[in-house]
Amino acid sequence: MGGEAHHGKRRGNFIQRTIDALSETLERSLYAEQLAEGSGLLQRLDPRVKLLAMLGFLTCSAASRNLTVVAGIALVALLLAILSRIPFRSLSPVWIGMLVFSGLIAGPAIFLTPGPTLATIPWLGWQVSSYGVRSAALLILRSEVSITFSVLLVMTTPWIHVMKAMRVVGVPTTVVVILGMTYRYIFLMLQSASDMFEARQSRVIGKLSDTDARRLASATVGVLLSKSFQLSNDVYMAMLSRGFRGEVYTLDEFRLGSNDIVAIPLILIIIASGIWYGLI
Amino acid sequence: MHIPDGYLSPSTCVAMFAASTPFWYVASARIKKTLSMRMVPLLSVFAAFSFIIMMFNLPLPGGTTGHATGAALAAIVLGPWAAVISVSIALIIQAVFFGDGGILAIGANCFTIAIVGVFVAHYANRIVAGNSAVDSSRRVIAAGIAGYLSINAAAFATAVLFGIQPMYFTDSNGAPLYAPYPLDIAVPAMMIGHIGIAGFAELIVTAGVIAYLQKNDISLLSIAQTGVPAGAHAAVASGWQGARRMWLVIATLLVMTPLGLIAAGTAWGEWGAEELVELDGGQTITAAPTGLLQYAAIWQAPVPDYAVSFISSEQLGYILSGVMGVGLIILTMLVSTYIAARITRRNEQSNP
Repeated sequence: MGGEAHHGKRRGNFIQRTIDALSETLERSLYAEQLAEGSGLLQRLDPRVKLLAMLGFLTCSAASRNLTVVAGIALVALLLAILSRIPFRSLSPVWIGMLVFSGLIAGPAIFLTPGPTLATIPWLGWQVSSYGVRSAALLILRSEVSITFSVLLVMTTPWIHVMKAMRVVGVPTTVVVILGMTYRYIFLMLQSASDMFEARQSRVIGKLSDTDARRLASATVGVLLSKSFQLSNDVYMAMLSRGFRGEVYTLDEFRLGSNDIVAIPLILIIIASGIWYGLI
Repeated sequence: MHIPDGYLSPSTCVAMFAASTPFWYVASARIKKTLSMRMVPLLSVFAAFSFIIMMFNLPLPGGTTGHATGAALAAIVLGPWAAVISVSIALIIQAVFFGDGGILAIGANCFTIAIVGVFVAHYANRIVAGNSAVDSSRRVIAAGIAGYLSINAAAFATAVLFGIQPMYFTDSNGAPLYAPYPLDIAVPAMMIGHIGIAGFAELIVTAGVIAYLQKNDISLLSIAQTGVPAGAHAAVASGWQGARRMWLVIATLLVMTPLGLIAAGTAWGEWGAEELVELDGGQTITAAPTGLLQYAAIWQAPVPDYAVSFISSEQLGYILSGVMGVGLIILTMLVSTYIAARITRRNEQSNP
């Protein structure tokens, strides 16, 4: 998702739009961290189990040739969201966003895919193909399933645990450490980018011309880049001062609990039957 | 655009992970060898940086807005191998934590943006910039061109991935299971948006930042050439030599692809332009990557009915020659760098 270009809804103020986008991201992540500390079903499972289960469900939905199976997995996701007390309002914007995005891409396929005619649109004479409807439904449903699971994972697991859990799927430790550091820097930089834009916003009267806006964006990116390098040097010094020698260690405190022991066979059964019915 | 899950078949996703792995492997081996410790914070910081600049909505000529991916900038400032790693990391974080791009599609997104995008930017920049001074305006132009080509190459790779889905992955009735549009719709739909709009976002950011750095922080521009932070030089300068064998394999595969595609691509003529022509106008899709149909209609509208099969096969021809062309370019570069290296060595031997 996330196209490279779109008509801004709030056109006219480039600075405000960017500030909004930056602070929205900040808020969303802080909110996810809050939810991850809640006491729902998924919050009680081992992050490794959750990550592997998510990959299993996603593979199942991607491999299935059967619309009902994909819909079934969507129901599983929905049920998990309810049992994990994820508020509807935090999922609905994600669903609508994906629906609009995938809907626009999949919509024309309803008419364009060759296949038996299901209906004809009056006046326009466009023929709705049944294969097209199925393809579009598969595309939309699969992308919704995927985004729901990734939101569920992030909203029920502290990010640091998500990253550590990635090691079970073969992500090297160094990459996990870089991911972790990156995630932290993102917030630092979101803050400094946001500050820069706000500082500029408070000094602008009237509307900024597009040329000025582009110049402003380049300058902000440039400053951010300089700051990034400064930061990386500072961090490197700090790491050296603590005796860093190029080896990374992470604490491995994950342990399967009784909840996981119950959950693992259940998850396996759902995924196995999904794959079985999806391929026949 | 970032490919969401559901658009690519699981086997395509696996293949794209497999295609990305040698690049990740070479990149990390290279970084480990030459930059070791200092690179850990540098990569993290740059990954965070490319994540952030994807959020800057800049106004483009023509009244739309767009954002850059930062892949070209990373390639120019950090050198290609470090850029592969940091842009990949940014993409993984986007997919896992922000739902931008699919989880199973991470391999595909990394391949198109962090590998194709980065290397196209790197070579475009190197070819256009030549031996010009670091603070010359030619460098700014090179950066802009690199940015523009980089995002368009990434978009083209994405469009090809979309376009081959209905060729290979259909149910027993022939209905597509994943991205439903064949190459002759997917490629023009994607490319018009990127050639016309998104490419300029990347161009403006890449050229703008390079110009800014030339004026205000020129030391950053020599990271890829002179090794500040210490050691970066080796990784970048030897980017070609160490991975030569891998490139050779890739180039050979690319040159050979048409054989496989032609064998499998017979069901193509079924997709007509007639249905498309009926659909032009009436569409109010505005976003470039999502405006598939609108652009497809523009592309197809002038085509007379009888030309359908001809156009389809011509499209296929373009793509095949594009893929082959890339393979040939890589092969040519391999051969020419090899010859250049031999000549330099001989000169060094004759005048010590």
